Amino acid sequence: MLDVVPETARVKTLRLDVPDWPGHLPGQHVDVRLTAEDGYQAQRSYSIASPPDRPLELTVELIEDGEVSPYLTEELRTGDRFELRGPVGGYFVWEPSRGGPLFLVAGGSGVVPFRAMLLQLASTGADVHATLLHSSRSWEDVIYRDELTELADAEIKVVHTLTRSQPEGWDGYARRVDSEMLTEAGPPPDARPHVYVCGPTPFVETVANALVGLGHDPATVRTERFGPTGG
Amino acid sequence: MDELTLDGNAAAGILQQVFAAEVTTARGTCAGCGQVDALGAVVLYSGPGLVLRCRQCDSVLVKVATDGERIWLDMRGVRTLELRPEGPA
Repeated sequence: MLDVVPETARVKTLRLDVPDWPGHLPGQHVDVRLTAEDGYQAQRSYSIASPPDRPLELTVELIEDGEVSPYLTEELRTGDRFELRGPVGGYFVWEPSRGGPLFLVAGGSGVVPFRAMLLQLASTGADVHATLLHSSRSWEDVIYRDELTELADAEIKVVHTLTRSQPEGWDGYARRVDSEMLTEAGPPPDARPHVYVCGPTPFVETVANALVGLGHDPATVRTERFGPTGG
Repeated sequence: MDELTLDGNAAAGILQQVFAAEVTTARGTCAGCGQVDALGAVVLYSGPGLVLRCRQCDSVLVKVATDGERIWLDMRGVRTLELRPEGPA
């Protein structure tokens, strides 16, 4: 590990130097495996947070009673090593060459693979319109808040909804993602957007059903759920 | 759906050890109902092993388990798997 960047109180980004890393695509993940001295192994998947042209970065949310995330976020120090396999997955990948419009819907740390996609989109300057709808509990819990705000421009739109608490004077969305919000924030089904939904299983379930209900072709709605054992 | 329900792409890591081509974008035909889906898009249940089920009829498509050294793969629920190898087929 090279270093750690805190994102929120419970979320950190680990910058890694991986020998012989073959390169990756935005949306892929890695499997991290930790082995205890007694041989016990725990494995978790983490989305890759960095675009292809940067060192590998993983953004990890601390799950208090988890088996892997407490080690990655609290104990790991610069120079420490751990085992990972990757990059893996091809289904949840998006690259600028696939075109747009792009509609990304994230619940909490589900925003991680979308950071890789948006940073790559911004750096290539491809003519693709992208919308990120990001649901977080509070303003303090918004992962990559400043970074993605700076990225927003004519082509990249970032919309937040804060489900539990809102800062004073907040005039944005303050509820869970629903059909009305998806319609207002994102491109219409007629625009044939590439839609990616990432978050906890119940979030993805709700959003994917709402999108299909609005008329989005199920084949264009790609999902990545993460379970409660995440950690 | 239960909280342990994920997507087929969660099986990418283990299946990558078995197949030379990317499997989550491979299209599988359900032996039960004929539905065709990318394996990354199907329903995945995570337990001691991984079970992939059809989105349409809920039939079991793939079961995969490992003990860390060996991998057991049961694909009898997939009638056909359409893969796209990197190099010449």
